[in-house]
Amino acid sequence: MHLDHSTTPYPHRHTHSATPALRPNGKRRALRIGLGGPVGTGKTATVAALCRALRDDLSIAVVTNDIYTREDAEFLLRNAVLPPERITAVETGACPHTAIRDDISANLEAIEDLEETIEDPLDLILVESGGDNLTATFSKGLVDAQIFVIDVAGGDDIPRKGGPGITGADLLVVNKTDLAPYVGVDLDGMARDAKAQRGDLPVAFTSLAAEGGVAPVRDWVRERLAAWRRT
Amino acid sequence: MTTVDATALASLLVLADGRFPAGGHAHSGGAEAAVAAGRIRDAADLEEFCRGRLHTAGLTAAALAAAAAAGADPLLLDEAADARTPSPALRATARRLGRQLMRAARAAWPSPALDALAAARPRGAHQPVVLGVTARAAGLGAGAAAYAAGYEAIGGPATAVVRLLGLDPFEATGVLARLAPELDAVASRAAVAGERVVEEGADVLPAASAPLLDVMAEVHGGWAVRLFAS
Repeated sequence: MHLDHSTTPYPHRHTHSATPALRPNGKRRALRIGLGGPVGTGKTATVAALCRALRDDLSIAVVTNDIYTREDAEFLLRNAVLPPERITAVETGACPHTAIRDDISANLEAIEDLEETIEDPLDLILVESGGDNLTATFSKGLVDAQIFVIDVAGGDDIPRKGGPGITGADLLVVNKTDLAPYVGVDLDGMARDAKAQRGDLPVAFTSLAAEGGVAPVRDWVRERLAAWRRT
Repeated sequence: MTTVDATALASLLVLADGRFPAGGHAHSGGAEAAVAAGRIRDAADLEEFCRGRLHTAGLTAAALAAAAAAGADPLLLDEAADARTPSPALRATARRLGRQLMRAARAAWPSPALDALAAARPRGAHQPVVLGVTARAAGLGAGAAAYAAGYEAIGGPATAVVRLLGLDPFEATGVLARLAPELDAVASRAAVAGERVVEEGADVLPAASAPLLDVMAEVHGGWAVRLFAS
């Protein structure tokens, strides 16, 4: 069976949730990381920056979940962050959160196909959600860890408002910090609110417009990958 | 009336539930193309669209599902489904949905028959065939499988049109309720045909088709911007 249920009802925070760890051919599968968050916060830009930062060391593929076009997949293709065979778009029937949480079958199929067709074994698969609302989270049956991306331009009250993505994501990214002075946003206040909502879960403040701006996210992904390889 | 064992209906509720995670939410059953062409503008149009789909593609799918549930060879039925699906876009959709249903089915009702079909058709068998094998694995008979396939033929477009047109969801559900007696009749006819396949072969399956659905599916498949995959 492919659902190899964990016997512990409350897995430790850093266990890897998407199961099983081995592909049908007995080889280890790639670590899967989901990226979700509201429209326009920089999810695709983060994916692109991560691919550029990691592609020399890691074998990477991306699955996008666009709302009604292949726009995100095409952005990644146009910017040539990865060869085209490593980027797949899943169609979501106007409902990206359904495709990443309630009915993950099309995404799992896309991942299976990527693992079958890419010659060198994949280390990392990034699953990007289409822009959605603050309640959108990934199924643990689809990804091992998830990143929730918000931005300062959406208002500094977003972390305080909370919601499953803000409170539960394995990494919260607050992007576009370079815009803070122009939109009257208090970054320290956002950090305090995020801390109150998330406890010890990490928060990364990024400005992807700057050179190397994705570094905090890249480092977190590397840590997750190292932990995944130890298990 | 068709033969649905009323003592084992709970599995049918699970299988026919719109929340069953088998990928259907991303498909409109041709409704998106019909909306764009101005053929569906309100609940009355939706009812006509669903009625047409039920008695054509719906009947054919229901009979395939019934035959698989009755124990007919699924690979033979898969070929019969290909022969009854002239549109390449719809054949691809049926196989994609069959593959996705297979994943959910094997988790819900593990069975050697599902494993064997998955191994023989790793890229997916036609969805109604997988649905029938799933129904059998769930302890359901030909009649129940026909109902599940027939209901799907109208439930998918109705849900999609609520999203596409902002149609009043109560009106959309009213359409499905009004079509229920016709679904009873279609499921009954499909179940009888499906059960005959075991002895008489796949030629006794109905081959009703809707040419406009086929043509529009080909057109829709080429759209660059769309909400639904089919």
